[in-house]
This record gives sequence, C-alpha cells and structure tokens, in this order.
Amino acid sequence: MIPPSFEYHRPSTVDEAVGLLSTLGSEAKILAGGHSLLPMMKLRFAQPEHLVDINRIPELKGVRVIGDDIVIGAMTSENAVIADPVLNEKVPLLPEAAKLIADPQVRNRGTIGGDIAHGDPANDHPALALACDSVLTIAGPNGTRQVPASEFFLGTYWTALEESDILTEITVKAFPSGAGYSYKKLKRKTGDWATAACAVVIALSGGTVSHIRITLTNLGPTALRAHEAESILMGQQVSDELIRQAAEKAMEICDPAEDLRGDAEYKTAMAGQMVQRAIHDALSKAR
Amino acid sequence: MAKQIVKMTLNGQQIEQLVDSRTLLVHFLREQMNLTGAHIGCETSHCGACTVDIDGESVKACTHLAVQCDGSDVKTVEGLAEAGALHAVQEAFYEEHGLQCGFCTPGMLMRSYRFLQENRNPTEDEIRLGLSGNLCRCTGYQNIVKAVQSAAIKLQQKESATA
Repeated sequence: MIPPSFEYHRPSTVDEAVGLLSTLGSEAKILAGGHSLLPMMKLRFAQPEHLVDINRIPELKGVRVIGDDIVIGAMTSENAVIADPVLNEKVPLLPEAAKLIADPQVRNRGTIGGDIAHGDPANDHPALALACDSVLTIAGPNGTRQVPASEFFLGTYWTALEESDILTEITVKAFPSGAGYSYKKLKRKTGDWATAACAVVIALSGGTVSHIRITLTNLGPTALRAHEAESILMGQQVSDELIRQAAEKAMEICDPAEDLRGDAEYKTAMAGQMVQRAIHDALSKAR
Repeated sequence: MAKQIVKMTLNGQQIEQLVDSRTLLVHFLREQMNLTGAHIGCETSHCGACTVDIDGESVKACTHLAVQCDGSDVKTVEGLAEAGALHAVQEAFYEEHGLQCGFCTPGMLMRSYRFLQENRNPTEDEIRLGLSGNLCRCTGYQNIVKAVQSAAIKLQQKESATA
C-alpha cells in the first residue's frame, strides 16, 4: 500500500509551518509521527495534496519547566515521555500510561501532540490530558492561544484546532504532593487500542479525598471525564462500596462504538472494571 | 514536482537519490536500493518485519517516508555484519535457532541490535517487552528470547574483552 501523491514540505520553525498551512489551506495536512496519518493515506481515507512535516522543528520537542508549569513540546515522542526525568517525578501518570501505547518502534515515532490533535477517542493522551488538567497551546495565523483540554475535544476527529493551526505545547502542573495515579487499559494485544481504559489521579488529605480526576478512553465520541463519579469520592473516606458506586456512575456516561473489541454492553462493563482497578491502584500509590 | 533529492548515510555509505515524496522507506530500500532485507509484512506498523535503525532508533520502515530520512543515518540488516563477520545478534539467532520460516528475522535482528544497546543486561520480561513490536508466527518466541539472551552475553563478553 502506497499513499497517494503529495507535495512534501519541511519547515524548520513553527512560524514557517503556520505560514505554509495558511497558504496551502484545506489541501494540507500536518505530518507528525505519521502513525495515524500514513495508514489513513494508504487506505485513501485521507488524500492531502500537501504534507507539512513538523519533525525538524526543534522548538516543538522536549520538556521544559517554567515556574510551576511543565511544558511538553507537542512533538515529544512517546519514548521521550517515558524517559523524561521531570515527567517521571512530577506527572508520573504520563510516562506510566505511555508505556501502554503501541510498541517500542511506534513509540519512537508517535508523539504526544499527534495523539491529542488527531481527535481519535481511541487514543490514550486525550483522557490523560483531561486527568492532568492539561492546557493546550495552539499556534495559528493570528498568533498563539491556549485551550484547556476540557474544551479541546469536540467530537470524533473533531477538536478546537482550526485549519491552519498547530498544536505546539501541552502544559501540565505537577501533581499535588503525595497524589496517587493510575492508567488501566484493557487491550487484546500489544499495539491495540483500548477496549476500555481509565485514568485516575487522586490525592488524600487527613484521610479524605481532596483531589480526584477520573477519565475514560474509547468509551464515547471523545475522551470523557466522569464528573459524577468523582463527586461520589470527593471529600469522602474511600471504601470499596464508594468505589463501586463511582464505577457505576462512570458507566452511565459511557457510549462506546461497537466494533471487534466488543459490543456497547461489554465495553461499558469493562469500563466499570477499569475504573475500579484504576482507583484501587491510584490509592495504593497515594500517601 | 513531487520528487526530491534525498541524501542519507545508508549502512555507512553516503548516498544521494531522487525520491518520489510518497515513497515509503521500505519500498525505497527494497526497490530503489536493492536492499531486500527489510520485509513488507502487514504494512500497517504492527508486525515489525520492516524494522530498521534510523539515527539510533528502531523505526518501522513501512510507516516512514523515504524523504523523511534526508540527512539521517539509516542501518538495515544488510549493514549488521562487519567485515564479513556476523554481528553477535546474528550469531545468537543462528546458534539458538531463533527462527523457523525466517520472514520476521531481519526485523527481529534489527530490533534486538538496538534493544541491546538500550538495555545491555535485560531480564526475560524486558526482552519480551522490548521485542513486543515484532511478530513471529512460527517460533512461539521461545528461541527468539533465548537468542537475545545469548546475544546479550556475547556483547558483554566482547565489551569486557576490549575494556
């Protein structure tokens, strides 16, 4: 399978890339890691006339600390996320979850920004971005703007990105001290998308829950945040019964697409299991 | 218009080629450079039979454009043996019979070659995770894992011999 013909462009700065995208318009696509776009082009699901390769833009790669903010370049690869010392110390959910994405070779190419910008509810970083209260920086023809992850995912393959925009950075805050975290992902095999997956971040203070995020992957048209499930645990002393109730609430917002991984009923049931396992695991890490 | 000049180091040789921008690296290697070691298996970045080394990282050549390798250092299984002597991973796959039909072997070798530089003394679990992007439909992986364990020891012995 060979992709259809296109013109290849390789800008070396974000400004140059935005300029190219503005000039080329709707016929242009951004090439990040390429592990979603190139397969879609092979199948003719995407047939862009121009590819703008943003792999050689140094400012888009790596992790920086700016005050309280941890700024992750959108073109930071999954393997770089896994290896990054700052992320392992301050936002350990991201490296832990990235290990569950695809396989070693694909993680060399796949990027955190590409995973988010694609808008695929099966991708893992959207739910992780919701769990980390990430803020997404977008460069466009009219300058840069910041959009919270909670306002970024609008539908399947539909995000807050406009035609000539580039997602440049993902900004996260360090987890509250002593926070526990977990990402539980049920998948059929290495490299598969989640049948159901759940991210949890939890912090305790004086024995009760002082911070909690419960988010879900591949269980609706976008990644989901289970607000009502969080409310059940917030301010409470956690018990197995409350965890079961939270999982029930999370299952209520699930609306998964049926596919070879299972029907909606099965996936929703598995969502409940992943929520319970992720909460238990996160609690075991919380201090 | 859609053709570009691409310069890269391929198995230690400087090359300069005119490449159609849509040409995937695996097709470029096999059809333009006559290096048929990297195999075309699934074409969807699952099987790993097309694994090559680009700038010190394992990459699936079926999901990478040849034009993206401009300025890169690319190594394929053809570049693994040096001066006619098999690389330690090749010796180990031969001795431990880490293959049956051989289709996945070039990818397994290239991934093992890079993996053992990322982790010089891996556990069995780490080997299985490190090679989880390479599928084999014959062996059941047992002898592949043994081969990587054996290659790790060979490389450690070589290192201590030259130290």
